[in-house]
Amino acid sequence: MQHGKYRFIVGFLVAPLALYALFVVWPFIQSIYYSFTDWTGLSPDFAMVGFDNYTRMLDDSTFWSSLRHSLLFALLLPVVVLGLALFFAFMLNVGGRRRKGAAISGVRGSGFYKIVYFFPQVLSIAIVALLFQFAYNPNSGAINSALDAFGLGSVKPEWLGDPDLALWCVMAVLVWSTTGFFVVLFSAGMASIPKDFYEAALLDGANRFTTFFRITLPLLWDTVQSGWVYMGILALGAESFAVVQIMTVGPGGPADSTNVLTLLVYQKAFRDGQAAYATTIGVALLVVTLAFAAVVMRLGRRERLEF
Amino acid sequence: MKTTDTSPPAGAQEPAPAAEAPPLAKTADPRPAKETKGGVLSVFSHGVLVIWAILVVMPLLWAVMTSFKDDKSIFTEPWSLPDTLHFENWSRAWTQAHMSDYFLNTILVVAGSLVGTLLLGSMAAYVLARFEFPGNRFIYYLFIGGMSFPVILALVPLFYVLNNLGLLNTIHGLILVYIAYSLPFTVFFLTSFFRTLPTSVAEAAIIDGASHTRTFFQVMLPMARPGLISVGIFNFLGQWNQYLLPTVLNTDPEKKVLSQGLVQLAVSQGYKGDWSGLFAGLVMAMLPVLGAYIIFQRQVVAGLTAGALK
Repeated sequence: MQHGKYRFIVGFLVAPLALYALFVVWPFIQSIYYSFTDWTGLSPDFAMVGFDNYTRMLDDSTFWSSLRHSLLFALLLPVVVLGLALFFAFMLNVGGRRRKGAAISGVRGSGFYKIVYFFPQVLSIAIVALLFQFAYNPNSGAINSALDAFGLGSVKPEWLGDPDLALWCVMAVLVWSTTGFFVVLFSAGMASIPKDFYEAALLDGANRFTTFFRITLPLLWDTVQSGWVYMGILALGAESFAVVQIMTVGPGGPADSTNVLTLLVYQKAFRDGQAAYATTIGVALLVVTLAFAAVVMRLGRRERLEF
Repeated sequence: MKTTDTSPPAGAQEPAPAAEAPPLAKTADPRPAKETKGGVLSVFSHGVLVIWAILVVMPLLWAVMTSFKDDKSIFTEPWSLPDTLHFENWSRAWTQAHMSDYFLNTILVVAGSLVGTLLLGSMAAYVLARFEFPGNRFIYYLFIGGMSFPVILALVPLFYVLNNLGLLNTIHGLILVYIAYSLPFTVFFLTSFFRTLPTSVAEAAIIDGASHTRTFFQVMLPMARPGLISVGIFNFLGQWNQYLLPTVLNTDPEKKVLSQGLVQLAVSQGYKGDWSGLFAGLVMAMLPVLGAYIIFQRQVVAGLTAGALK
């Protein structure tokens, strides 16, 4: 029996674990090792160079601007997206008129809103990025021609072509594509908060803003916190890569105004033939990601409320 | 940026919900709301919610509209309705722009990796959830640690690992990579799911003489169906929409999947000037997932939010 059990355990674990080790764990370990070499990726020969890549990185202005943009993504996007999502979700669940027999109620058609808001979540970020690239087109894009139609033809910005605006344009696309998911997520969380909590608060004379900050937010805090970490990791990683790589000129431009760490790793490794240096930037990205998660978990730590 | 652009029409939109909402809300609230308590807030919240709904739907509608227009009117009047429905854009995109190939590749990759992910993920999760053995916790954390690591860091060496194994730019190589990178979440989710299932049924099966393997496939997997569906939908959308992995690991134009194929198309159409064909391709890629989402709305939402609510 015991023998059979271990054979079963090994038999079931060996395939997933081998695949995972070979394609995920091993490359991670390798890339940390490569960051101490001068490997180009083009030839199999390389030598250990110690911390050379790291000192080079600290002198690289593109690295610093990319780091700044990535940090801005990680700090600002979760705040904006989660803030909007909490607001919408609260409106959907509590914003409706008071009806007989219910102290609080959602707005009419809240199911409809939830369906619509979720649309961007099922679309590929690549498709979303392409779509907005056209919408932002300064001459014939949807946004500028809408401005024309409203008589604002004189203020047509260059959007992605303007170094001061491009980063915000990219961020707006990420807000557009991720907010709906969190609206639905928070909405589900809010729906599970017992209605009598609200009734009691409203009887005590609390208005809706007080109920939001005193009841909804504390009871939803665990979900908000994990959403925050999730959103930050997305903003640092794959999502920002896709939108910046597809939408911006260069990509990463104009004038490095939109480059992010993920894209920089990709460019150094697969465009410039500097694989070792790319892994060094990747290690920096790893440090930023882990630090971000640790800080959010630490700052967000609160007494867990059971209800 | 966009909110400020669209706030001027906000005032004009506010009466709209009253006109739009009743047919939707009929089932929820048959009584016309006579009470005015909270009425101001209700108008305000409806206004804001409608604006966001418009912001979400407008770009999608605009894309559908544009896909039926000819190239000239796309540039001269982006917001006008198409003069006639130019269906030839769609057929051009499907055949000449290789959309059919991209679809086929994507279906092959996603079908293979989805089955593999669910099979391998549930096997690992079952063992980790139900059996005590040395190293259990270590393996579990090794898997779920993969969720918070930036994938791009591993992709640089992975490119060369795949190259050495002859798996670069192949469909089966891409399938294996998709499976490997889907395992962290799948194992995390299914481990907690298997823990919630009662142990007594599996014990009864073992006592009746079924092997562990047979118990897993014939007793536990059917019991875990709701969890498998949720995590299956999650992985399906993630793998169908995947962009980063194929961009790095699958650069052969013949093997491109949908998302990277469209980007490729956008680049090449920039030279050829066939924008209407490109929009047709974009809409073609959007509609199946949007349609599937609208039909299976409840399951999709449950699948995508289940992980975050755990």
